[in-house]
Amino acid sequence: MDNIVIETNLLTKRFGNFTAVDKISFQVTKGEIFGFLGANGAGKTTAMRMLCGLSIPTSGSGTVAGYDIARQSEMVKRNIGYMSQKFSLYEDLKVWENIRLYGGIYGLSEKAIAEKTDRLLQTLNFENERNTMVKSLPLGWKQKLAFSVAIFHEPKIVFLDEPTGGVDPVTRRQFWELIYQASDRGITVFVTTHYMDEAEYCHRVSIMVDGRIEALDTPKNLKLHYGVKNMQEVFYHLAQTAKRGD
Amino acid sequence: MDAISVNKISKSYGTVRALQEVSFEVQKGELFGIIGPDGAGKTTLFRILTTLMLPDLGTATVNGLDVVTDYKEIRRQVGYMPGRFSLYQDMTVEENLTFFATLFGTTVRENYDLVKDIYQPLEKFKTRRAGKLSGGMKQKLALSCALIHKPSVLFLDEPTTGVDPVSRRDFWEMLQRLKKQGITIVVSTPYMDEAVLCDRIALIREGQFMGIETPQEIVNSYQERLWAVHSNKMSSLLAELRTFKGIQSCFSFGDVLHVTVIDDQLSPASLKCFLVKEGHADVEVYPIQATIEDCYMLLAK
Amino acid sequence: MLILFGMPIVQIILFGFAVTTEVQNIRLAVLDSSNDQATTEIVHELKANPYFGSVMYVHTTEEINKTFLENKADIVLTFEENFQQNLLHTGSASIQLLVDGTDPNMCKILVGYVTNILAVYQQKYATSENTTIQINPHVKMLYNPQTKSAYNFVPGVMGLILMLICAMMTSISIVREKETGTMEVLLVSPIKPLYIVFAKMVPYFVLSCVNLATILLLSVYVLGVPMSGNLGLLVAISMLFILVALSIGLLISTVVDTQVAAMLVSGMILMMPVILLSGMIYTIESMPVPLQYASHIIPAKWYILCVKKVMIEGLGIHAVYHEVIILFIMAFVLLTISIKLFKDRLQ
Repeated sequence: MDNIVIETNLLTKRFGNFTAVDKISFQVTKGEIFGFLGANGAGKTTAMRMLCGLSIPTSGSGTVAGYDIARQSEMVKRNIGYMSQKFSLYEDLKVWENIRLYGGIYGLSEKAIAEKTDRLLQTLNFENERNTMVKSLPLGWKQKLAFSVAIFHEPKIVFLDEPTGGVDPVTRRQFWELIYQASDRGITVFVTTHYMDEAEYCHRVSIMVDGRIEALDTPKNLKLHYGVKNMQEVFYHLAQTAKRGD
Repeated sequence: MDAISVNKISKSYGTVRALQEVSFEVQKGELFGIIGPDGAGKTTLFRILTTLMLPDLGTATVNGLDVVTDYKEIRRQVGYMPGRFSLYQDMTVEENLTFFATLFGTTVRENYDLVKDIYQPLEKFKTRRAGKLSGGMKQKLALSCALIHKPSVLFLDEPTTGVDPVSRRDFWEMLQRLKKQGITIVVSTPYMDEAVLCDRIALIREGQFMGIETPQEIVNSYQERLWAVHSNKMSSLLAELRTFKGIQSCFSFGDVLHVTVIDDQLSPASLKCFLVKEGHADVEVYPIQATIEDCYMLLAK
Repeated sequence: MLILFGMPIVQIILFGFAVTTEVQNIRLAVLDSSNDQATTEIVHELKANPYFGSVMYVHTTEEINKTFLENKADIVLTFEENFQQNLLHTGSASIQLLVDGTDPNMCKILVGYVTNILAVYQQKYATSENTTIQINPHVKMLYNPQTKSAYNFVPGVMGLILMLICAMMTSISIVREKETGTMEVLLVSPIKPLYIVFAKMVPYFVLSCVNLATILLLSVYVLGVPMSGNLGLLVAISMLFILVALSIGLLISTVVDTQVAAMLVSGMILMMPVILLSGMIYTIESMPVPLQYASHIIPAKWYILCVKKVMIEGLGIHAVYHEVIILFIMAFVLLTISIKLFKDRLQ
């Protein structure tokens, strides 16, 4: 199945005698929006780091975009995009300079960057902000821009770590509309969030508890399975079983 | 006497107007929520009320004390938990608590009753360094530290940001218990769903309050016709409804779309009929009660 | 930005002028017991040399000591009695060169200059009078008979280390609280800002005292630097200096907001000037006048002077009261300013 862009097999990470990620196995397909949920300390960040090629698994294996995450981390990095709530853009650079910089990092040609910049600013309705310093943009705008920059080089997969924390409700929804557009173009979106309504927007959701994936299905099936109305309750149901006192 | 009284407070940083003529009162023993996204001015307001900053214009009192002139006395009476976890990362859990008790000239033992519920789950980690705790645990410790001197007013600036839903729910339960003990609590949050847990809320946006009421009143004041719409093709549904005449706005809310309808002729049944014709299956359209988030989005327009 | 572009300029100027190993404006004192033609000619030769600044005459051995103690001369020339007579009759005469040995580099240079000039004079004399003469300079290093360089660098290192540790650590520790946000909570508590300041200073004061003890023990027992003066006095002066350094650290912390900035500022504005202008490596007397004035505001300069005097030259409080008073004033002024500037609000 060449449609699978992320695949892990008993992926495990231990720090000393603490097992942060405990034999997780799952698959994510092309263009899918995959919600990666879990309580604080459940092991999400560690798992995400391994998938991005930033941390080597203790045991088990995984491939991202067809490359082994332990042995071909350089190739993995070339084929993914990443954005988080904290690190997004260079605050002291203008909007277009940020785009130019990321385009340059991924080796796009001058011409391609110029064309794509125009298109990007147009989609975001940012044409008037081209020369604005990033630091003077509202948070929500920054996050939308950061996302667009993260997929600027058309990666196969984009990893989003709590991209909408603290963003106002309207912009938060516009952000998700960008995610949908990316997914329609075939980019796989791997996203963590603490907003449970956002979990509903994902095609499939996994919930991590104590380093293991306790549930993985579509939001609809999860709700059916646990007999509850919304994802919030699914989450309560599962996360309460956590033994690990953080 | 109100616990907090704010009268036309304004504050600017250069050309950025962080707060514009904000006024409100908080009664003794009230749980007052300030709801708004990052950058709306919540932190500035907290810093003025905790005497860390001076307002450019306007006056404010906490427990009847002026935030500018009586700041030393206010500092004795309030507890403050800033947005960032302001614990000493390299001190242990227990050392942090003892340190903050000493800072306010009291002891942990003297006020242990007040923090007991919150601190107890942390007892087993009391020799662990605060920096090694997870988000939820840090938050509990920070709250314990803010409470250890028995403040009469508690200021919590975004205590639940970045915290998972389960820890958030626990945290709000703790706040309800503190409220029962007569402590006035002012809390800010970007999470709209937490608003319903407050006695009264202020919706803040770009330095201005858009309304101060009980959550119920805010929801009741929502005048639009609001429907939930669902089908098997949600993303194309969103696009179609946006261009549909008679629908003013359309936003995703979990697994449904919330649409506001301005065409009086349109009924849920007729919209459903239309959508089925357009090729949607599993279509559901039904009127719903607005949430705080709907109200916020309406007011923010 | 200012730092980035300003630093090279400042450094080039400082290094260019201060970091010459040439010694200029040498202050010469002469004890001339014979006061004859030959001695006058020699003194005249020395005066004519561009490296030498002023010449003063002393008349007794006690006065020699005094000129050194009061730091009025860099080198003292003592002509033996009947200098010219000896030259005429025996063809040789001797001169004693007394130098302050606490700065061995400077010593060597000074002695080199003088012996060169003497050799030139010998040459001249030989051609004009047609006889060969021999002038024998006897060099005597005061305070540091073996010209150990440790005598020079130990006081310097003491000044540098105490300044860096106290100032840098205090500033960083306060700024770190600003960065992590704990300062917000501290400020909201009823604790007085003065207490916060003192709570920050005391540990580093203690730490610095430990450092001081270590340096002293190492210098005396490992490097063989003598502890000629009163230990109590030295410790007292050192504590005063530590206080000055702590106040500087505090001052830095009130003006910067990040740890990195605190590091940079303390590194740039403390370390460089201390190394260059404190007299630790480069002799202040041979710097251009503006830099000599600039060196007056460097606390380490005064401290290093004190250490040299008390520790190596074995002098008492009367010899250093001038420096001590300056350090006192510095401590008082800096501490007052920084406590005044320490904000009990964010802004």
